[in-house]
Amino acid sequence: MTTPLTPVTAPPPKAQAAGTTMAGRRDKTVSWLLRRGGLHLVLLIICLIWLVPTVGLFITSLRPRPDIGSTGWWTILQAPGLSFDNYADVLGSKGMSAGFLNSLFISIPSTIIPVLVGALAAYGFAWIKFPFRDTMFLIVVGLMVVPIQMTFVPVLSILNTLNLNQSYVGIWLAHSAFGLPFAIFLLRNFFVMLPGELIEAAFLDGASTLGIFIKIIMPLSVPALASLTIFQFLGVWNDLLMALIFIQDPNARPLTVKVSTLLSTYGTEWHLLSSGAFLIMIIPLIVFFALQRYFVAGMLGGAVKS
Amino acid sequence: MSMRRGQALTGLLFILPAIIFLSVFLIYPTIWTILLSFNDGRGLKFSEWVGFENYINLFTNDPKFLDLSNFPPTGAVFNNVLWVIFNTIFCVSLGLLIAVLADRVKYERIVKAIVFLPMAIAATAVAIIWLFVYSPNPDIGLLNAIITFFNKDFEPIAWTGRADTVNAALIVANIWTSTGFAMVVLSAALKGIPTEIIEASRVDGAKEFQVFRHITVPMLSLAISVVTITLIINVLKVFDIIYIMTLGGPGSASRVLAYTMYAETFQGGKAGYGSAVAVILLILVIPIMALNIRRFRSEGVAR
Repeated sequence: MTTPLTPVTAPPPKAQAAGTTMAGRRDKTVSWLLRRGGLHLVLLIICLIWLVPTVGLFITSLRPRPDIGSTGWWTILQAPGLSFDNYADVLGSKGMSAGFLNSLFISIPSTIIPVLVGALAAYGFAWIKFPFRDTMFLIVVGLMVVPIQMTFVPVLSILNTLNLNQSYVGIWLAHSAFGLPFAIFLLRNFFVMLPGELIEAAFLDGASTLGIFIKIIMPLSVPALASLTIFQFLGVWNDLLMALIFIQDPNARPLTVKVSTLLSTYGTEWHLLSSGAFLIMIIPLIVFFALQRYFVAGMLGGAVKS
Repeated sequence: MSMRRGQALTGLLFILPAIIFLSVFLIYPTIWTILLSFNDGRGLKFSEWVGFENYINLFTNDPKFLDLSNFPPTGAVFNNVLWVIFNTIFCVSLGLLIAVLADRVKYERIVKAIVFLPMAIAATAVAIIWLFVYSPNPDIGLLNAIITFFNKDFEPIAWTGRADTVNAALIVANIWTSTGFAMVVLSAALKGIPTEIIEASRVDGAKEFQVFRHITVPMLSLAISVVTITLIINVLKVFDIIYIMTLGGPGSASRVLAYTMYAETFQGGKAGYGSAVAVILLILVIPIMALNIRRFRSEGVAR
C-alpha cells in the first residue's frame, strides 16, 4: 500500500534543436507545460474539489451565527472573527456531549466483540480440520453481502423478546453480528498465510490449540487485527441507519442520530449543523491521520485478496 | 482416530460463537423476512398472509416505487438504477484517473490522502457538507455562489429541493465520498504492474495514452471488476446520505430501495411491504454473492 513510489520519468524529449535559441527555449517551456504543467493543474483542481467543501464547513463552524447567513465563508479574510462558541452551544444545550459519549458506548463493545469472535472463528477456518469446514466458510463469504435490511424487523422482535431493546446490548449484538462475516473473511485470509511450521512445532511441544491461538496466532496478526479494528470501529461510529432502528431511547442516541435530529428540529441552522458535523468527524479524522495505513489495508483486504 | 475427532470438536468450538451470532442475527432473520414479505405484517408482526400481493403492489400500484407512465420513468427503482450507473462509472473512472495521475508526481501521498479522506467520514457528516454546498442562498451555498459569480443573471437553485436536480445532487455527493475507495484499490493494483512492461512499451514508442489503454487498463482489469462489484453492492444499499439530505424528497423524488424499505416499515408500519423491498435488495445481490463464492472457490478455499 505504501510502496515507495518510483517516479516514472517521462521519455527523454526527442533530439532538441542543437542551438538553443530563445524560441527553442520557449518551445521547451511550452512542451513542459503541456507535459507536466497540465498534470499538476489537474491534480490541483482535484485536490481543491476534495478539500474545499470540508474546509468551508469547518470555517463556518467557527463563525458567529449572524455572519453565516449574511456573507459566504469564503469572505472570511475580509471579516475575520472566529470562535468555538458554536461548539460550546451544540455540546452544551443541544446535548451533543451526551451524544459523543453514547457513540463511544456503542462503538467500543461493537468493535471488540466481532474482532474477538471473528478471530476465534477465523483460526478455526484456517488451521483446524473439521467436517463441512469449507462449506461453512463459503456461507460466511456469501453472508458478507446480505443487505442488513433483511434483518431489521426480526432482530427488533428478538431483542424485544429478550428484553434487550432498552439497553445498548441489542445494538452491540446486532453490530457484532453484521460485522462478523467480513471479520472472519479478512482474518482467515491473513491467518492462512502464517507459517505452518511454527504452528506444528508449537503443537509438537505440547501447546494446546487455544494456547497456539493466544501465544502465536494473535501476536503475529497484529497488523490484520489493527486493520479490522479500525475498520469496524469507524463503521459503527459512522453508522446512522442501525442506530435509528435499534435505539429507541432518545437519551441513548449516538452523534449521527443527534445531528439528524438537529436538522429536523432547527432546520438549516448552519452554526449548529456545521459544528455538529465536525463533532462526528473528529474521531474518524484522528484515526485517519494516525492510522491511515491500517485503514487502507483493511479496505484492500476486503476488496482484493492478497 | 480419537485425536482427529478431538480436533474436529475443537474446531467446532472455535467457530461456535460466530455460528451462533450469524444464525441468530443474520440467517434466521433473513428467512423470517422472506416469509414476512408474503404477509401483511402490520405492527411489525405476522398477521394475514397475502401471497405475492406486496410484490405485485410494489411494481404495479406504487408510483413512489416505480412509475413507468412518464419518460424518463420515476420512482425508487429507477433512481437506484441511476445511482448504480452513474455512481459506479464516475467513481471507477475518476478513481483510476487520480491513481494514474498521482502515480507520476512526488506529492502522490498528499493527493491520495485528500481524496481518500471522505471515506473515513460518516455519511451523515458528508450529507451536511454537501447540503451546505448546495444551499439555495448564494451567500451560503458554494455552488450557487460560483455560478452567480460567473453569471449575474443566474437565479440560485435549490439543488436538493427540486425533483429534476435532487438525484444528480445526491449522486455527486456520494461520488465525492467513494472515489477515494476506487482510487486506493486501483492505485495499489497499479503499483503491482511491473515497471519493466511499461518502460518497454514506452521504448517501443507507445504514446502515453496507448500505454494506458493497452497495458495499464487490461492489467488492472481484475482490480477494476472488484471495485465495480463493491461499489454496486454499496450503492444498492445507499441510505444515510439520502435520509439526512432529503428524506427521500421532495415528495418521493429521491427515494431508493433502502430508503423505501425504511419508510414503509418503520414510518408506515407496513412491515410486509417493507420486507418485500428488502427481499428485492437481496435478490439483486445474489448474483454478486454467487460470483464472490465462485471466485473464492476457484482461488482455492484451501491455501
